[in-house]
Formats: sequence, structure tokens, C-alpha cells
Amino acid sequence: MNTNYINGQPLIQVTDLVKSFGELDALGGVSTDIYEGDVVFVVGPSGSGKSTFLRCLNRLEEPTGGKILFEGIDITDPKTDIDKHRQKMGMVFQQFNLFPHMTIMKNLTIGPMKLQDKSKEEAETEAMRLLERVGLADRANAYPSQLSGGQKQRIAIVRALCMKPDVMLFDEPTSALDPEMVGEVLSVMRDLAEEKMTMVVVTHEMAFAKEVANRVLFMAEGKIVEENAPKEFFEHPKTDRLQNFLSKVL
Amino acid sequence: MNNFIDAFYLNFIKDERWKYITGGLKTTLTVTFFAVIMGIVLGFLVGVIRSTYDKTGKLKILNALCNVYLTIIRGTPVVVQLLITYFVIFGSVNINKVVVAVIAFGVNSGAYVAEIIRSGIMSVDNGQFEAGRSIGFTYGQTMIHIILPQAFKNVLPALANEFIVLLKETSVAGYIALEDLTKGGDIIRSRTFNAFMPLIGVAIIYLLMVMIFSYFVKCLERRLRNSEH
Ligand SMILES: Nc1ncnc2c1ncn2[C@@H]1O[C@H](COP(=O)(O)OP(=O)(O)O)[C@@H](O)[C@H]1O
Ligand SMILES: [Mg+2]
Repeated sequence: MNTNYINGQPLIQVTDLVKSFGELDALGGVSTDIYEGDVVFVVGPSGSGKSTFLRCLNRLEEPTGGKILFEGIDITDPKTDIDKHRQKMGMVFQQFNLFPHMTIMKNLTIGPMKLQDKSKEEAETEAMRLLERVGLADRANAYPSQLSGGQKQRIAIVRALCMKPDVMLFDEPTSALDPEMVGEVLSVMRDLAEEKMTMVVVTHEMAFAKEVANRVLFMAEGKIVEENAPKEFFEHPKTDRLQNFLSKVL
Repeated sequence: MNNFIDAFYLNFIKDERWKYITGGLKTTLTVTFFAVIMGIVLGFLVGVIRSTYDKTGKLKILNALCNVYLTIIRGTPVVVQLLITYFVIFGSVNINKVVVAVIAFGVNSGAYVAEIIRSGIMSVDNGQFEAGRSIGFTYGQTMIHIILPQAFKNVLPALANEFIVLLKETSVAGYIALEDLTKGGDIIRSRTFNAFMPLIGVAIIYLLMVMIFSYFVKCLERRLRNSEH
């Protein structure tokens, strides 16, 4: 963590975030604070801007307006070295996006070795430790195409963890999985949450959100319409919009 | 049969005429080899610049220069390019013809390689880019470690084909009086007044080279396909 960051400040502070794709406003002014150890879930109908919000946090999408402070540094400032900050923000994609031309071990160690000056031994020891935790130590020398979807996604999570991130961003991590593989991925995420990893999770798994989140955001048409602690959020939704949404998905 | 042996003797053995063939073959292979290397280097550079522009909108000026290069090279015959390189660009300097041919064919090949590389880069899923960038790799690092190895594998057959084309195209080197394989056969023809033997001989040598090369490429492709990744 960098020296600008003061304990008790939000880890990520989002102010009036706007993202337009041409005429379309995917995000129309989003503000929220994410604190260390927060497990924030983002739910909402398809096309409401959930992915765009998440992808703006590590600038995979370039925000059109607003400000994002990460550990006290304005990462929307074009002068900040975003590559440096991305190392601290792990990201897990719906489609896994493992590197198909590398073994699992290489997938996990290339980042730490090329970006954090870790020796091969150091990087592999750490990768092995994490692989064991997700029960995939025996697949270290396999290639991604030899794994099931659930295994791929667990590896993708480990790949992000190998960089020792301060926050993990998940964009519908179980949406591309066969139903019987969803559980194994959720269980890894549950463990992370219990270890107080800061997480921002976009998902349609409402039961999981209710169980693991400490805050749930409801997005519609590029805005945060309602946010609350999970129990309140799911049991006493305030806005019609959220009531309507929950009645469809629960 | 005796006719054949006589003709063979006349065209290849007498006065050590086979040396036109072996000398020419050496020139053809030298020119092809270095032109291929030059084509790959140039093609990679131009292909990466073009796809960087396609993906990010950056490198606008370099991309425009590359477009001019591609348009000119692909819009004019290679013989004309060879002649211009020799008589116009290097017209007033004393320079080895092999070097001239390498430059002309290398620059020509680079344009075709560039478009092959570009299509290879564009064929790699954008999620690969995003995964690389999200770990913290720069654009360049993502390109080198993640995109190019996959792109290269995808376009290997097209690249191999381009080099077969190049090998055959060097046969116009005789236009600048470079004694390559084709020119060697033609010199024999002009000495012996026998067209069949030297020209068919030359054709067979080209054919053999192409077949051997194609065979190795097939083996390589099969290995790439069979390896699980
Ligand atoms: N790269 C893009 N170009 C144009 N429009 C986009 C792009 N990405 C997302 N959008 C649009 O922005 C809106 C929000 O998309 P997204 O954030 O993916 O929604 P969600 O993840 O909630 O389904 C949608 O209308 C979508 O079509
Ligand atoms: Mg989405």
C-alpha cells in the first residue's frame, strides 16, 4: 500500500463517475466509497452499467468524467501510472481469460516475475501455496484447455491473487459456468471474503450476495439506485425499482 | 536414352556448366534467406503499429506512414520495385547486387508479412489483452508476452506460404543481372541452345525446395495442433 493512503480513508473513493459510449451514457454519475475489508456486491438488470462501473475502477474503460481515488491517488489523472495501480487491483472476468499458450504455473508466475522482480522460485512457491488452497496443485503443469470451467475460474482468481492485490474485482465470475461448477468458485470467493480481502463483485447470484456481502449496490440505467446492508437490501427494498427487480430474480 | 545422356552432359557437365546451377542456387537461397529475415522484422513492426492504431487509436502518424508503404508495395509489381531499387535508389552507388535484391525483396515481403501479422493480432480475443493489462502489464509487455505468441501460432501457415511465394519471386533477380538459379539455367540455355534440359532442371530444383519446405511446415503445424494449447 502506498504512503498517501491513510488508515480509515476509503480504499476506493468514486465521485460522480461518468462513462459515455458515443451518445450512450453507460454511467451517469456514480459515487460510492469502498473501505478496506469491504465486500461490495453490485446487482442490477443487464445493461445497467455494472461491468462498465467495475472496469472503470481499474481503467480498463477510460472514464469520461468524475474521479476515482485509489489508496488516496487520483487514478483518473492521465499522469498516474495506471499499470502500477492495476497490479494492486486483481480482476476476474466472466470468460476467465487465462493465457492459453502457457501452463497454469506460467499463468500464475509471469506477472510476479516480470512486474514485481520475483525470482522464479519465489513466484512458484507462492503460486503453489495458493494452488493448494484452491485444491488445484496437481494441475500446475496443465494447460488451460485441459481444465474445466470451474477450475479455470479458480485459476483466474489465483492468478490475480499472486500479484498480492489490495482489492479484487469480479465481473460475473460464475455466469459462464455450468451450474454444477458454480459452487466451487463461490467457495473460493467466500474464503477470500472471510480473510477480509476487499472485494467488488458483480453477480446474479443473489443468495450468495446475501450471504457474503457487507453492502449491496443496485444499479439501473447507469446509476446507483439503492444501496444497503444485505439483509435490509433483500428483505426491505425501498425503491419500486429494486422491489420490481428482486421480485423477478429471487 | 543416349540422347538424354548427351544432353545432360552438354548442359550440366561440359565446361563445368553445373556451376551456373549451384552458384545460382546459392544466390537464390542467400537472397531468400536474408529477405525473409528482413521481411519478418519489417512485417512485425508494421503489423504491430497498424494493429496498435486499430485497437487504441495511438501512433496515428506512424500508421499513416505504414499505410503509404503498404499501398505502394502491394500496388506495384515486384520486378518494378527491384529495378527502381537498383537503378534509381542505388543507381549512383556501387553496391553488391545481392544486397540490392535482399533489400528489394525484403521490403516487398515485409508488406505482406505485416498484413498477416496484423490479422493474427486481431484474431486473438480481446479478453487476452484485458487480462494482460489488468495484471499490470503495459501495452508493449502484453503484446510481447501474451498476444504475439498466440498471433504467431495462428498465422504460421500464412507466413509459410508467404515465404514460398518469396522464394519463387526471387527468380526475377535476373532483371538486375544477378545470377540466381533461374538466371543460371537461362545462361546455360543461351550457351547450349538447348532449352528443355536447363529450364526443366531449374524448375525441378524450385519444386523440390518448395516441397521440402512445405513438408517441414506441415510437421510444425501438426505439432502445434496436437499440443493441447
Ligand atoms: N465497449 C462498448 N461500446 C459501446 N457500448 C457499450 C460498451 N460497453 C458497454 N456498452 C453499453 O453500456 C451499457 C452498460 O453496459 P454494461 O456495463 O456492460 O452493463 P451490465 O454489465 O450491467 O450488463 C449497455 O447499454 C451497453 O450496451
Ligand atoms: Mg456485465
